[in-house]
Amino acid sequence: MNFDLTEDRQMLSDSLNRFLADKCPFEHRTKVAYEAPYHDPALWAGLSELGALYAFGTEEQGGFGGSGFDITVVFEAMGRALCPEPLLGAAMGARLLAAAGADADDLMSGAVTYALAVGELDAPYDLDGIACAATKAGEGYTLTGRKSAVYGGQAADRLLVAARLDGKLALFEVTAAEASVTGYGMIDGGGAAEVVLDATPGKLLLADARAALEDAQAAGIVALCAEAVGLMDVLHKMTVEYLGQRKQFGRTIGSFQALQHRAVDMLTEIEQARSITIKAAAELGGPDAGRYASMAKNLIGRAGRLVAEEAIQMHGGIAMTWEYPGAHYAKRIVMIDAQLGDTDYHLSRVMAA
Amino acid sequence: MDLSYSPEDIAFRDEVRAFFAEKMPEDIRTAVRNGSELGKEMLERYHAILNAQGWLAATWPVEFGGTGWSPVQRHIFEEEACRAYAPRPLSFGLAMLGPVLQKFGSKEQQDYYLPRILNGDDWWCQGYSEPGAGSDLASLKTRAVRDGDEYVVNGQKTWTTLGQHANRIFCLVRTDPDVKQQQGISFLLIDIDTPGIEVRPIRLIEGGHEVNEVFFTDVRVPVTNLVGEENQGWTIAKYLLTHERTNIAGVGFSMQALEEVKALARRTTRNGRPLIEDPLFAARVAQVEIDLEAMKITNLRMLYTAQKQGSPGPETSILKIKGTVIMQELRDLARRALGPSSAPFPGHITDGNLMLAPVEAANNAARYFNGRKTSIYGGSNEIQRNILTKTMLEL
Ligand SMILES: Cc1cc2nc3c(=O)[nH]c(=O)nc-3n(C[C@H](O)[C@H](O)[C@H](O)COP(=O)(O)OP(=O)(O)OC[C@H]3O[C@@H](n4cnc5c(N)ncnc54)[C@H](O)[C@@H]3O)c2cc1C
Repeated sequence: MNFDLTEDRQMLSDSLNRFLADKCPFEHRTKVAYEAPYHDPALWAGLSELGALYAFGTEEQGGFGGSGFDITVVFEAMGRALCPEPLLGAAMGARLLAAAGADADDLMSGAVTYALAVGELDAPYDLDGIACAATKAGEGYTLTGRKSAVYGGQAADRLLVAARLDGKLALFEVTAAEASVTGYGMIDGGGAAEVVLDATPGKLLLADARAALEDAQAAGIVALCAEAVGLMDVLHKMTVEYLGQRKQFGRTIGSFQALQHRAVDMLTEIEQARSITIKAAAELGGPDAGRYASMAKNLIGRAGRLVAEEAIQMHGGIAMTWEYPGAHYAKRIVMIDAQLGDTDYHLSRVMAA
Repeated sequence: MDLSYSPEDIAFRDEVRAFFAEKMPEDIRTAVRNGSELGKEMLERYHAILNAQGWLAATWPVEFGGTGWSPVQRHIFEEEACRAYAPRPLSFGLAMLGPVLQKFGSKEQQDYYLPRILNGDDWWCQGYSEPGAGSDLASLKTRAVRDGDEYVVNGQKTWTTLGQHANRIFCLVRTDPDVKQQQGISFLLIDIDTPGIEVRPIRLIEGGHEVNEVFFTDVRVPVTNLVGEENQGWTIAKYLLTHERTNIAGVGFSMQALEEVKALARRTTRNGRPLIEDPLFAARVAQVEIDLEAMKITNLRMLYTAQKQGSPGPETSILKIKGTVIMQELRDLARRALGPSSAPFPGHITDGNLMLAPVEAANNAARYFNGRKTSIYGGSNEIQRNILTKTMLEL
C-alpha cells in the first residue's frame, strides 16, 4: 500500500502548480475566463510544454501517462489555479483516439485542440438518448443533429462527435470549421459551444464506440473530481484563513464554535472526496471503472455543494462579490455537478449497478 | 382551530387577484418571471400602479396613507402578487423608513417624507453596514460631528442595495464615540446629492450590479435630518429590523419558485423521460414541497400571534432561517433541473434558436448564486440563531 505520488508525477504536479501560480494569477484568470474566446493560447502553450497533455497519452501512443493518477495530478493543479483552459477535451480525447487506433501526436503536443461533442439538449448525461445521426455519403459519412453545451467547443479545432450509425453509437471526428459552432462564455468561467451539424462531413473513428465512450467518460469524471478536490481544498483554506482574520464583536469569527464545527465538516467531506477520487482513478480502465466513477461524481456533487455554500455563508457578504476569488471557486465547484452527470444521475447508476 | 379564510378574506383575495389580472403590465411580469434585473423605471412604474390603487404601503396605518391591512390581508396580497409575477415593492422606503418615521419622526419629517415615498419622489437606500460592521452592526464607525446647525459626516457604508438609483440614504452614524457602542449611534437622513458623497458599484458573484459602496467625506447634513433623539439610533435600528423581518419567510416567492421547478421538470428530458418522473428528482421536489406547506402555516401562525400581540416577536427569526433555506433549495433544484443548460453566462446566447433553456429559466444558475445572499443579509442565519438562543431558549 502506498499513497504517495511517483517521483515523475510529483515533479509534474510541482511544475504545473508553479507554472499556474505564475502565469494564471487570479486577475489574469478572470480575464481569460470571462472574455471570448475563453482561452489563452499562451497558457495553453505553456501547459503543453510542461507535458500536461502528454500525461493523458499512454506510452504506446507516444505519451508518458494515460492512467487515472496522471489525470488527477494535472486536474488537481488546474483546480487549484481555477484555470479555465479546455484540457478536458484532450484528456478524454486521448483515450478515444487510442481506442480508435488513431494518431494522437497533435493532441498531445497541443497543436490541435479537441472537444467532445457528446451531450445533447435532451440527453445531457446519458449515452442512450443520443439522437444525432450519421449517414453514409459516398466514401464517407455526414452527421446531422445538435450537440449542446460542448465544453471547450468554442476553442476547438476538432470535435469528437458521438452519433447513431446502424443502430449503434459510433464516433466521428469533425473539423470544427465545417460545423456551425456558436461559442459562449459560462457562468463559472471558460467557454462552451452549441454545435449544429447539418449533413456535416465526419470521419468515422469507431463504428461501435460505446465502450470507448464509457471509458472516456469515466476518465473525464476522474478529471473533474480531481479538479473539484483542488478547488475545494483551496476554497476551504481561504475560508479558514478568513475565519482567523475577520473580526466581529471584538473577536475573530473563527472563535465562534458555530462556525468552527462547520469548517471541520467541510474538511471531512473534502477528505472523503479526495479518497473516492483516488479510488475512481485507480479503477480507471478496469471493469468497474464506471461504477467507481459514478460513486466519485456523486460524492463530489454532494461535497461540492456543501463546501461552496458553506464557504460563501461563513465569509458573509464578501464572498458574494465578483472581486473575491473565493466566489469564483464556489461557482466552478457547483457547476462541475452539471458536467458528465450530476449527483442524482450517478446515484441512480450506483443503485442500478 | 380553523385554517380557512373568512368570507371577507376570500372577497379580498378575489379583489386583489382581479386587480393584478387587470393592472399588471406585461413587460414587468415578464422581467420578474425571467429573473432579469428590474430597472429603476419598471420598479417606479409598478409602485405608481399600486399607489394609484392605494395599495403601495401595505404595512402603514391608514392615517399615513397606508392600507391598514391586517397581517392576514398582507399575506393574501403577497401571495397574489407572487402568483401574478409582480415584483416585491422596494422595502427601503416602504417597509423600513416609513414605519421608523411614523414612530420616531417629527411631524415635519412625517409630512414631508412619507408622501414622497408614496409618490415615488424619493428612492431610499439603507446605509447600515460598513466594511468592519456587518453582523456586529453596533461597531459602526461612520462619524457624524455636530457643527452648528449641521452634522459633518465622514466614513463609509457598503452593501448599499440599489444605491445607484437612490436619491436619499438613511444612515446609522456614530455621534458619541465615548460611550457604550450602542449608546452613541444616531439615525440620519442624507441626500445623496450632497457634496462629498460618492457611490461606487460592487459587482456580485453572478455578475449583476445591485449593491454599492457609499463614501462620505465632510458631508454636511442639516440637524433637522436627525430622526428621533441624538444617540437614540440603536433603538430605532432594532425597531426597523423587526419590521424588515416581517414577510421575510417569502412564502409567496417560494410557491412561485416551486411551480417553476415543476414546470421545468415536466418539459426537461432526462434519461429518456420527463425529469419530473425521475424518482430521485421527484423526491427532492416533494421534500421541499412538504417543508413549504409547513412553512405556510408556520408563517400564518406567527402572523396571527403578531396580530394578537400587536408586534412580531423573536420567533420571526425562525421564518427567516427556514424561509431562506427553502427558497435556496428551490433555486438549487431549478439550476439542477437544467443541468449543463444552466451553464451559459446570462445573456450570452442571443439567438433564440440556440437557447438551451426556456427564456424564463435561462438565468437559473445566476439566480441560484445570487440567492445565497438571503441567508447572509438582514441578519445572517447564524445571527438569527443567536437571537433565538437568547430569546427562546434563554441560554
Ligand atoms: C446582496 C447583499 C445586499 C445587502 N444589502 C444591504 C443594504 O442595502 N444595506 C445594508 O446596510 N446592508 C446590506 N447588506 C449587508 C448585510 O446586512 C451584511 O452582509 C450582513 O449583516 C453580514 O455582515 P458581513 O457581510 O460583514 O459578514 P460578517 O458579519 O463578517 O459575518 C461573517 C460570518 O460570520 C458569522 N457570524 C458573525 N457573527 C457571528 C456570531 N456571533 N456567531 C456565529 N456566527 C457569526 C456570520 O453569520 C457569517 O456567516 C447586504 C448584503 C448583501 C450580501
